[in-house]
Formats: sequence, structure tokens, C-alpha cells
Amino acid sequence: MIRVTKDDFSVDEELRRLNAPSVGGMVTFIGVVRAESEGQRVDSMEIEVYPEMAEKQLETIRGEALRKFGVEEILIVHRFGNLMVGDDIVLIAVSAGHRDSAFDACRYVIDELKKRVPIWKRERTPTGVRWVEVGRPDED
Amino acid sequence: MRYFASIRELTDIKEEQIEVPEGTTADALKHRVQSLHERLRPQEGNILVAVNGSFVEPSRVLIQGDEVALFPPVSGG
Repeated sequence: MIRVTKDDFSVDEELRRLNAPSVGGMVTFIGVVRAESEGQRVDSMEIEVYPEMAEKQLETIRGEALRKFGVEEILIVHRFGNLMVGDDIVLIAVSAGHRDSAFDACRYVIDELKKRVPIWKRERTPTGVRWVEVGRPDED
Repeated sequence: MRYFASIRELTDIKEEQIEVPEGTTADALKHRVQSLHERLRPQEGNILVAVNGSFVEPSRVLIQGDEVALFPPVSGG
């Protein structure tokens, strides 16, 4: 239920993996590459990852969210490599019996991912390449 | 040692082996690396340390075979 990959993902296919008779709803968050950042055009993005640690951290966050919110299942896919504007970066999908816990768990996972999973974005802009700095309101 | 993102660019290498005396802490190793790679010296507050894939306290004592990684604050998602 955790994947750090160069490959694109199909949201439909991933959601089918989560459906089960006990599930009453599913919530997803999908992060995509935006064409603008800090007033500058973004042409593309490179994402670097420390794969072994990223998978470990994501598994930890997933476990925390499963326990904390009592949801059925949580799936996390994060891409790395070269991505173009409009490409999917990350998918968080949560299935649960009821919607409140699914929304809460999804929000928790993306917020924690941004704080402690070793993944770094670098934007290509018309004036050069720059690392995305933490605390900059770049994303979502 | 493994280096990632802007820290990897400043060291110009992805990984290296460093021998340290017994009892060396994660924080002491970070400072050792900063003395070996002078472009890391101004980065003090911008370097995170992980050991074997987990964030650690600066006082964590290293043991033979630990994989230590240095990298900047994360920006995924």
C-alpha cells in the first residue's frame, strides 16, 4: 500500500484496490505539478528521493493514521524523477466506513508526508533550476 | 554516508565511507562532514541527519555499519 516510483499511476485502478464491503467512502488527495511558483513560470520538476527511508517513513505515517483514525485502508503513491506541468506527483487514498475519519486521515497523511518523508522537489524555470524551499507556500 | 538534494550538490558526491572513533555521535559526524566538505559549513541549520532511515537525536551514538544520511529539510508532496 506504499509505493515510491518513477511510474505514473491510475487513480481508478488504485481506488479499486481499496474498495471492500465494509467501505462506505473513499477520500483522495492528488498533488500535481503546477505551472507557477512564487510568481515564476515552472516548466517542469525533478523529484529526488531517499527511497529506503521514504518507504519506511511512509509506512510509519500510514500506521499512525490507521490507528489514530480507525480507517479501513490507506494507500500512498509518490513519484520521483522528471515530471511535467500537470503530471501527478502524489496520491493519498483512504477508505473508511464513514467520511469524517477518511477526510481526517487523508489530511493527516499528506501533512505528515510534507514534514518528514525524505523527498525534495526542484523546479525548472525560465531563469534556471531551484530547489523548493520548505516553508514556501509552493504547493497543493 | 549518503547525501541528498542540495547537500549532495554541495558535497559533489552521493556517498562515501567515513571512519569515526568509537562513541562518535550523529551530531559530531555531521560536523566532521562539514569540515571535510567546506561548502557545507554555512549550511548549519539546513542539514538534517538520519541514521538507518530514521531521524535521530543529535546525541545518538553511532555504531559500526550505521548508514548515516545528510539532507536538507524535505519538500515532497
